[in-house]
Formats: sequence, structure tokens, C-alpha cells
Amino acid sequence: MKNSSTGNYLFSNLICIVVAISCVFPLIWMISSSLKTQQTVFSDMSIIPSNPQWQNYYIAWTKGNFGTYFFNSVFYTVVVVFGIILIASMSAYAISKLHFFGKNFIFILLISTMMIPIPGAFVALYVLLNKLGLVNTRIGYILCQINGGLALGIFILKTFFDKIPKELEDAARIDGCNKWQAYLHIALPLARPAIMVVAIFNVLAVWNEYLLAMLILSDKSLMPLQRGLMVFQGAHITQYPLLMAGITITTLPVVVIYLLMQRHIISGIIAGALKG
Amino acid sequence: MERIICLLVSVFIFIGCARKEQESGIVIWHWMTDREDVFVEFAKKYKQQTGVQVKFELYAPSEIYTQKIRAAAQTNTLPDIYGILGSKRDFASFIKSGHVENLTEQMELDGGKWKNSFFEKVVEANSFKPGNRFGIEPGIYGVGIDMMNIQMLYNKDLFKQAGLDPEKPPRTWTEFIEINRKLKKANIPGLVSGFGEIWLIECLANNFAFNIMGEKKVLDTYRGQVPYTDPDWMNVFELFDIMRKEEIIIKDSITMVNKSAEQLFSNNKAAFAFNGSWCINVYKGMNPSLNYAPMLVPKVSNKYPVRIWGGQGAYIVVNAKSSKKKQAIDFLKWLTAKEQQIILVQKTSNLPSNKEAISMIDPILREFSLGMNYITHPSMWNVEESPEVVEVFSKGIQSILIGEKTPQEVALEVQKIKLQKLKETK
Amino acid sequence: MSRIKDSITSFLFVVPALLMFIVFSVYPFLKVFQLSVFDWDGIARTMKFIGLNNFKNIFTLDNAFWISMRNAGFITFLALTFQNTLAFFLAHIVDSEIRGKNFYRTIFFLPPVLSGIVVGLIWNWIYNSDYGLLNKFLIWLGFSNLARAWLSDPQTALLSVSIIHMWKGFGWGFVIFLAGLQGIPRDLYEAARVDGASETQILTKITIPIMIPIFFLVSILTILGTMQIYDIIVSTTGGGPGFHTEVPITRIIASMLGSSRFGYACAQGIVFGLVLLFISLLQIKLSQNLRSE
Repeated sequence: MKNSSTGNYLFSNLICIVVAISCVFPLIWMISSSLKTQQTVFSDMSIIPSNPQWQNYYIAWTKGNFGTYFFNSVFYTVVVVFGIILIASMSAYAISKLHFFGKNFIFILLISTMMIPIPGAFVALYVLLNKLGLVNTRIGYILCQINGGLALGIFILKTFFDKIPKELEDAARIDGCNKWQAYLHIALPLARPAIMVVAIFNVLAVWNEYLLAMLILSDKSLMPLQRGLMVFQGAHITQYPLLMAGITITTLPVVVIYLLMQRHIISGIIAGALKG
Repeated sequence: MERIICLLVSVFIFIGCARKEQESGIVIWHWMTDREDVFVEFAKKYKQQTGVQVKFELYAPSEIYTQKIRAAAQTNTLPDIYGILGSKRDFASFIKSGHVENLTEQMELDGGKWKNSFFEKVVEANSFKPGNRFGIEPGIYGVGIDMMNIQMLYNKDLFKQAGLDPEKPPRTWTEFIEINRKLKKANIPGLVSGFGEIWLIECLANNFAFNIMGEKKVLDTYRGQVPYTDPDWMNVFELFDIMRKEEIIIKDSITMVNKSAEQLFSNNKAAFAFNGSWCINVYKGMNPSLNYAPMLVPKVSNKYPVRIWGGQGAYIVVNAKSSKKKQAIDFLKWLTAKEQQIILVQKTSNLPSNKEAISMIDPILREFSLGMNYITHPSMWNVEESPEVVEVFSKGIQSILIGEKTPQEVALEVQKIKLQKLKETK
Repeated sequence: MSRIKDSITSFLFVVPALLMFIVFSVYPFLKVFQLSVFDWDGIARTMKFIGLNNFKNIFTLDNAFWISMRNAGFITFLALTFQNTLAFFLAHIVDSEIRGKNFYRTIFFLPPVLSGIVVGLIWNWIYNSDYGLLNKFLIWLGFSNLARAWLSDPQTALLSVSIIHMWKGFGWGFVIFLAGLQGIPRDLYEAARVDGASETQILTKITIPIMIPIFFLVSILTILGTMQIYDIIVSTTGGGPGFHTEVPITRIIASMLGSSRFGYACAQGIVFGLVLLFISLLQIKLSQNLRSE
């Protein structure tokens, strides 16, 4: 019994380490490449280049106009993710816990967009925004993205809300909570892990979004970070070291956000466990 | 707490609804990332000289640019000047929809001053001839910014390594096979190209086809009068089978994108490449000491001349619905004038579209320009093969190269879909 | 009366989502449906109405489209089995006490965060036939006869691309499974251990049954996400060799931009979407049935 559990322990650790290495390797390559020159980026195989080009980061930032783009990306991500979580959680809560006419039909309707992906809808979306006068505006871009993330958000959140036992709900109602308060103070905190999942999903999606931004926006001052990266990817020439530096700069914030959110998942669980 | 949220929300809405006022001046949408810097310089220079504001807006990569242009066409929000990335058929479609200004009059002014500044092939690519198959009023509708051609290149240093004469690239197919055998003996990989981008396969196969059976027969095939199972076409397919047997093409090439192929060739990892003249700038950036030269395509038959694809590179058009047409045209005349073309050549090592700028080019570019005597291009033909047939054709050749299908099988497949397409258009 | 009022206040919760849906989803939806019955190149002012011709062609003539569906299905099958098993396994390990838990939690989520550009460059390098890492590793182990051009060989191209997809995707399953696992109260485990249950029994009798809704969630997400695979294909094989790695999205884009058949592309999109919808509804029905048992 003890042998097999040490065996299991070793095996588990081994798998984790192997998978972890495969995950970290591209990141290391990316950072290492960002410190090389265009001529040596594919011929120099060393992990730490002998002549690290730290200025690549500065050049990438200025040449790629990252200042404006960074602000825009942060703005879009915060607003869109907040919007998605708010609207999706409200809908998911109602569909999971409340009763109203046409509930199931509305649920299927709302998640149908997730299940019938229609590439080519982009052009139709552009035409629509043009009619609404929202082309080349931040709000047009934001609303499109919020709408895009709702289906998945509602789907995930409803699954988690379903797991919350009805008794908790009923207890709160007996105590005199109305629907909104029950939603805000009971359901949301308990679903914190799920909300974190939806958040990180959409943070990544919005942060990396590019096609819609290029289609809808024209002004440089409204563009997100991905636009800055494009400067290094010419039609014919790709400036690899600068591109890698740029990508490192754009990847770092997401990793940091994920790190921060992670801890919330634990604290959310502990809080939930204490309450329960 | 609630007040803070309200404040934040209103700040966000305020920022969100920010909209830039429309600036006066000409707006140009383009996809040429490598030229953005030069273009911005040009805009500044033009403003100094004429006081007219020109704004270049970059949307890359080209797939995204294509979609943006089409979306804008749908809503009549195209800028004053833009490019159409697509086939001649797409070009015609834009013209028919009223998005492209007819530039013939301007080109013919002063005894054709503007028109004659360009190379003939450039004007031809932008023109629609009388009786063209699209029903477009004959004339010149686009302005070429540069020229290009696609050839085979060879690495002189690797030739030396294999004991071959670096000044004697293979001119015929037999020479090509022999040289590849010698390279194999010296463990040097043969040909690399971005065949994952199937248009390059179409290009090479088409070059061989023109050489084997001549232009007329190839175009007759597109018209449906000659089957793809014809012995001459079998000859074309078999060339690729031979390349597979002789292990000439680096296996990864078959699914590689052109950029990866360029990477390999510039790092001396292949003796041959098949690429366009834009590669000069790419190789210069990745390995300035690369010792290479273009060599057309190996001649398979003596019956018909060797042909490579080439002609106009990038071209742009004027929006017929723009309110600033006159200024746009004036700017384009300035942009394609000798002085600006020379700057473009110096900064991005491309072949100019303006005849007078040709003398100022560096040696390797000059060698490429010699290939212009052998060019042909789909935009010059008066018939085109349907994209679906081209796809099966090119992917069929991929299958030959990996040994999955025989030339006969591919020929039958292509002919089958060709017949389907012919039936559809009846 | 109060029941109606109750219904209305509940309904208010879904009004924002419905509003967004009606404005931003319905119009493009309907437009795509409308365009699918026309012959249109995406540019011209006029279109030709051709009824259900596009759909007829998809079902009778368009072999490439169904090959692409089969390819995507293959990758999805691999993802559902291997990728999700790995994700669950890793989540289970990290959930229990293991050294470096926080470290692993971050690291395993790196592939999804990584830019598609970097993923393409790295894996192209790994799979390269001459100097690629995989072949070098195989030769070092003594298996040089296994070395090949992974992305160009018709037998291994699709599998190679699937591995890239699974590597990039397992992080999502991992995060969701972990969230689910961490929601299981620890005292359930304690009680079982006190009762003398082995770790395996705990896993099969307690953990897995509780996680069933999460399994279904991850399955649906995996199916939807994997069937729509696109960026990886474009940056590695472009759909080749031949049609071996073509997937539905590359086919639709080819129709839209390559052969300028916008109406046809819309029709393909609808057929694709309906297939996905059917599979998803099937899954939901299955999960509901299992839950009610």
C-alpha cells in the first residue's frame, strides 16, 4: 500500500514536471529570441545570448506605439469583461434559479450564438455598426465584444449556479432578501471560481482580439495592442527579435492577471467553505 | 461605494463615445507594413511641397486588409485611395460597383505623359482591354507602385561547397537534375519554397506548362477545350514526380509558409529557392552576406519560350465616390514620379514601376530585373481558371510531391472537377 | 397577480443579454442566412438569387468540405479523450497536496496565454525534418527510422497538428476542472477516509460523480473550440498536404476570400453551425438525462 502510493507520488510529480517543461519552453525561447538580432535569431541556439539586445524592448515599445495601444487594450479588457460578467451572471442566475415565461427557450436562444459560429458574420456586423453610426468608436467595439462573450459566459455560469443548493437560496428568501440581493450577496460570491474562469477566458479573448479591431476601428488612437505587434510583421519581412519583445510585453500583463485571479479562487473557496 | 461606481461608469461612457473629427486631406488605406515608414516620409514631404495633407493608414496582414476593404465597399465607406488585393475578376467587380475611378483620361493627358512613365507591363496589368470578358469599359483603372517577378534562386556558396561552378546555374531541366544529384552527394538540401501557400505551386506548374505546351494551349485548357489528361499536362505533373523521386524538394516545403522558406534559404540551409523579387529585402535583413542569384526556371522544352510570373507588384486605385478625386490623382502622380520611385527602391529594394527609376538599382535587383523579359501573369490573360480547379490542381501536385498520388490520378481528379465547373457555368 | 409580477421581475434579469443579442447577433445571423441563398462575390452591387443551390452543392459536390469536417472531428475526438484526460489528471494532482502546487497552476496555463505566432514558430521548429527538435530527439534515442517531415507527411500531418492543439488547449480544461475540484468540500473526503475508503474509491465514487456536470461543460467547450480550429492550421500546414489538414473554417475562408464566393461561404457556415448545434444539443440532453437519474 505504501509502495504504490510513493510510486503514484513519483509518477505524478514526473508527469507534472515534464508537462511543465513543455509549457515553459516556448516562453523561454520567446524571451531569449527577443534579446537577439535579426541575423542571429534563428542561427544562435543559445538560451542566453552573449550580447543581449535589451534595447529591443525599448524599440518595440516606441516603434510599436505601445503607449496608446496599451491603454486601449486595458480599457477594452476591463470594460468588456466587467460587462460580460455582469450581464451573463444576471441571466445565468435567472435561468438557473428563477422562474419566468419562456425560460428554456431564452436559454437556448442566448447560447445558440456560441453553438452556431458563423465566420463571415464579421462583415454583416460591420454593416450593422455602420448603420448605427458606431464604426470607429470605442463603444461600438466594446458592445460587439460583450455580445460575443455572453453566450459562453451564460453557459458556464448557469452550470455553476445549478450546483448551488436550493436550500441556501430559500433560507435567504425567508430572511427577507429580494431576488437582486440574493443574486448579489449569495449566488455571486459562491460562484466566484466560475466567475474567475469566465473572466480569464474573456480577458484573454479581448486582449488578443485583432480582426474585429482592424475592421471596425480606423483611428490609431483607438487601436489595441495587437495592432502594435503587426508593425513588426511585414508583408514580407518579419522583424523577429522586435516581434518577440513586443509579444513578451503583451503576454506579461495577462500572466500577471491570471496569477492575481488564481489567489482569489482559493480565497473564494475558503470563504465559501467557512460560510457553508 | 455606489457613487464611485456611477462616476467610473460615466467616465467610461465618456471615453467610450469619443470620436475623432474627420480630418481634411487624403486618406489612403494600405497593407504594406514594410513600407509604412517610407510612406509616412512621403506624406510629410508632400505636405511640405504642396500643403496637402495625406494620411496613410496601415491594415495588416493582407487577409485582414482584404476583408476590411470589402466591408467598407459594402457600406460605401472606402477611403480616397486604396488597394484591391484579389484577382482581376475582383478588380472588375469593384469597378462595376462604382468604387474605382477610370484614370484613362488622366493617364493620356499631355500625349500620355503619366502613362508612358510606367513600364508597359504595369499599365497592361491595370487596364481592361476592349471586349474584355468582364464587360468593363476599356481603360486604365489602377496605378502600379512597383514591379516584381518570381524566379528560382540559387545559393552560390553552397554550389562552391558541392564543387559546382557558382556562375553556372542550371539552365535546362537535365542540368537541374544533374546538379541536384551532385548536391545530394555533398549532403546539401535542394529546393525550398513556401509550397504551403499553394499559389506558389500553381505558379511553378504554370511556368513549366507554358514552356512545354505554349501559352495558347494552356489558356485553351482553361477554356475547357483541352483536358488536363492531355499528354503535355501529364508531362507537367510528371516533372513534380521526378522532383520527388530525385528528392529535390525539401519535404517540409510542401506545407511551409513562404516566410519559413525565406528563413531557411537566407540561413544557407538550401541550395535553391523559388521566390519573388521582394525576397531581396528579406534576405538582406536576415543575412546580408548571403551569396545568391536568380536563374529563371529550368527549361524543359525547346519548343516554347521559358516564362515566369511577373509584372506589376502592388497597385492602388482611386475611389470613384471620393470627394477629393482630383487631389488624390495629383498625389498618385507625385508618388509614382521618378524621385519618389528611386527612394522607394533604395529603402525597400523592390523593382520600380517607373521606367526612369530603373537605373538606380543595386546589382542583385538588376539581375532580377532581367527576368522581366520573360514574364507573363494571370492578370494579362483573357481567360482565367476557376479557383476551385486551381485548388485541386495545386493540392494534387502537393500529393504527388509527398508520393501519395500518381500524376495520372491527379490529372483525372483535376479534369473531373474541371468538367463539373464547366457544367455549372453553362 | 403577484405571480405575474414575480415573473416580470425575474425576466428583467435577462433583459440586458436579450437586448444585446437582438441588436448584435440577430442582424448578422439573418444576414448570413439571407446571403446563403444568393450567388455573390462579396463586392458586387447585385446578387443572383439561386435558392438552395449553394446547399445542394455542399452536400453533393463539395468533397473538400466534408473531408475538412472529418479532419476537425478527428482532432476533436483526440481532444475529448487525451487532452481532457490529461487536463483532469493534472487538475486532480494539483488539487491534492503536491509540492509546487501554485507553480504548476500558473505554468499549465501558459500555453493558452501564449501568442499564436509563438506557438506556430516553436512547433514548426519542433517538427522540422532537418533540424527539428523531435527528430533530433528520436535520432538520439536511436529511432532514426521514425524521423520524418511531420507536417508534410500525409500520415502524420493531422496527428501532428492535433498535438499542437491539445498542448495549447489542455490549460483551459485544467483550469475549469481545478475550479470544480476545489469546490468539493474537503470534509467529504475526510469522512470517506475515516470510513476506510482507498484513494481510488474516493476518486471514482465521490469526485467523479460530483464532477459530471463539469465534465459535460468541458466536453461541450472542447467540441465547440476544437471544431473551430483555425490559427494553428494556418501557421503550420495551411491545410496541406493535399486536403489532409483542411478544417471547416479554412474551407469557409477559402470560399470567402480565395474564390470570392461569399454566398457559398455563408451556406457552408450555416451547415457547419447546424452540425455543431446538433452535437451540442445532444450533449445537453445527455447531461440532463444523467443528472435526473
